Amino acid sequence: MHAASQSPWRIIYDLRARAIFYQIVCAASVVLIAYFLFTNATGSLARQNITTGFAYLSREAGFVISQSPISYQPSDTYARALLVGIMNTVRVSILAAFLATVIGTLVGIARLSANPLLSRLAMVYVDVLRNVPLLLFLFLWYAVIVTSLPPARQAYQILPHVYLSNGGLIVPALQWSQELTYISLALIAGIGLAFPFARKMRDKRVVTGVERRRWPLVLLAVIAPPLLFFAVLRPTLAMDWPEIGRFRIAGGAQLMPEFVALLVGLSLSASANVAEIVRSGITAVKKGQWEAAASLGLHRPLALRLVILPQSLRVIIPPMTSTYLNVFKNSSLAIAIGYPDLVMVSNTIMNQTGQAIEPIAIFMMVYLSLSLCISAFMNWYNARVALRG
Amino acid sequence: MQLVKTDLAPRVSPPQQVGLWRKLSAPYFGTPGNAIITVTCLALIVLVLQKAFTWLVVDAVFTGDPATCKASGGACWPFFTSKVRFMVFGFYPYDEQWRPLAALLLFFAGCGISMGPAFWGRKLLAFWGLTLAALFCLMLGGVFGLSYVPTSKWGGLPLSFMLSFIGLAGAFPLGIVLALARASKLPVIRALAIAFIELVRGVPLISILFMASVMLPLFMPEGLTIDKLLRAQIAIILFAAAYVAEIVRGGLQAIPRGQFEASAAMGLHYWQMMRLIVLPQAIKTMIPPLVTLFIGFFQDTTLVVIVGLLDFLDTIRSAMRDPQWQGIAVLEGYIFAASVYLLFSTIMGVYSRFLERHFRMGHD
Repeated sequence: MHAASQSPWRIIYDLRARAIFYQIVCAASVVLIAYFLFTNATGSLARQNITTGFAYLSREAGFVISQSPISYQPSDTYARALLVGIMNTVRVSILAAFLATVIGTLVGIARLSANPLLSRLAMVYVDVLRNVPLLLFLFLWYAVIVTSLPPARQAYQILPHVYLSNGGLIVPALQWSQELTYISLALIAGIGLAFPFARKMRDKRVVTGVERRRWPLVLLAVIAPPLLFFAVLRPTLAMDWPEIGRFRIAGGAQLMPEFVALLVGLSLSASANVAEIVRSGITAVKKGQWEAAASLGLHRPLALRLVILPQSLRVIIPPMTSTYLNVFKNSSLAIAIGYPDLVMVSNTIMNQTGQAIEPIAIFMMVYLSLSLCISAFMNWYNARVALRG
Repeated sequence: MQLVKTDLAPRVSPPQQVGLWRKLSAPYFGTPGNAIITVTCLALIVLVLQKAFTWLVVDAVFTGDPATCKASGGACWPFFTSKVRFMVFGFYPYDEQWRPLAALLLFFAGCGISMGPAFWGRKLLAFWGLTLAALFCLMLGGVFGLSYVPTSKWGGLPLSFMLSFIGLAGAFPLGIVLALARASKLPVIRALAIAFIELVRGVPLISILFMASVMLPLFMPEGLTIDKLLRAQIAIILFAAAYVAEIVRGGLQAIPRGQFEASAAMGLHYWQMMRLIVLPQAIKTMIPPLVTLFIGFFQDTTLVVIVGLLDFLDTIRSAMRDPQWQGIAVLEGYIFAASVYLLFSTIMGVYSRFLERHFRMGHD
């Protein structure tokens, strides 16, 4: 016994030594595989005369991007083209997430309706959207917009001054000016101001015990800075109203068919998930909670705000995070219908420069970091609503 | 003094009997608000059904050629009948299309058997090994007198099923390994597993497919090329593995700590503990979410369109792009594709709910 523990072989029976050994083997094999791939890649790149590195980013892009939130010309650099792609991705994702939340919440509530007809209809809506691939819906919406809708001259007027035609959706636009930028910044500052303001008032209520209405003052904190700026700068507010002309619709902002199809597809498919999440969040709170709140003397809106919602949100937020992440990641399907998002711009860059590794690495890094940002934000929000022990 | 109560309370009539009609109609017309909802929903349903019926039957063209379809506003059934074989089997040689059909039927039969929890076990795994081998012989040919059909000719529904089924079947063992690595006490192994899982879950499937189709050939040694289909399949397996790993992690967390401690007390080492005690219990709780994941992957395989593989959705799009039919049967193709996906996903969804009920009964 004693002799065995003295022998030089005892180290292979030592659990800690084994653990270190396994980890070294694992790390070494990863490094070896990476090295193997790296040498292969440099070899094949050299054989095919493909340049490497990120120098192409500062060269002239030379391709047209059909829609861009910032000014972009083909003479701009690849880096700017990528930025346009990122902004397009973010724009469609945010809008789709917002629409999905609104529609999904309504459908989720409809799903719990006492009226069997309404709840069944909501169920069919959810099932159809969840069981058919998103890509198919994108193709379908795109085909419907481009082939089934009338040309611009006979565009449907779905709302006053909002036209739907095979050229996409045309909405009134506000003519943007420098002053408006300042006012929006002031609005953001006002929202930032409102948070500490509200907290201070709550603390005061806790100390004095006097209940005062908080919302008028908080609202004032939000709107006072932009109003002040508005009064000082006096911007001219000009709306650009679209009008049907002889051949096309003049004025307004045009949302291209690709954008509309992607937005509709993404928001509808995500709304089905949101509906299920909202439903499970509401049913997770037991009826006894309503009754207990009522017996404490809270009326229904107050019970909803103070008792029910905080508990539902705890159930709702984590799956909602993954739904928002899915919206963001699924927006990459834009390439299938030709909306110039990050992936499509990267694909064009790959085709033009012949470099494959760098553009793919860039767009994967962008997706990864934005995904991590979204989950970090949602985790922060979740920690706010979570049970505090 | 009398303590016994003699004046009995007057007998009241039983509560008003509610008529059958009122009972049945209460949820629909009980309150004015409810009645409004009911009427609106009914109007909507009638409108949709009427439109669908007009399109599918009344205005539809049942026999004829592209020209008659173009003249009519309804559904174009000739497109469907003349193209259905192409839509289901793609460019697989026309005379050999009984082979993918047989493969599909064999696959469905295998799935049907595997759905019964009574059949789960080692024998089923062996059965699937044999079935998959048979399926590949059927599809690829080159043996038993079957002519050779290269994978570039494969397409349609068999391809969609293959990509998603083999994707998840291959991802399952990999996912278990990743989940165990993530739960491991060894920091390097845990860090590698976390890095892989979070990297893959943070990017869209398209980017992984792009990597497989564009980047992977660059990373291979000179002269070695991997089949395009195989590359997409590997990408799907790796992508699915990260998601399976998260489900397995959830399953492992559901196992009470006492089970680990008890198996350690029995003197089992790590792999014995996992294989004999922990995983058999964890797999039970993992199956319903895995079926849900499979439904998702069955739909996500449509993305291989983007890297140029002819899956079911893409064969339908090719059929619609046929010069003879171009611009005539746009909705027909997509609606056919949607109904096929809806059918299979619904079957799997019903099965997933059945499993959840089955396991709940088992636990109580």
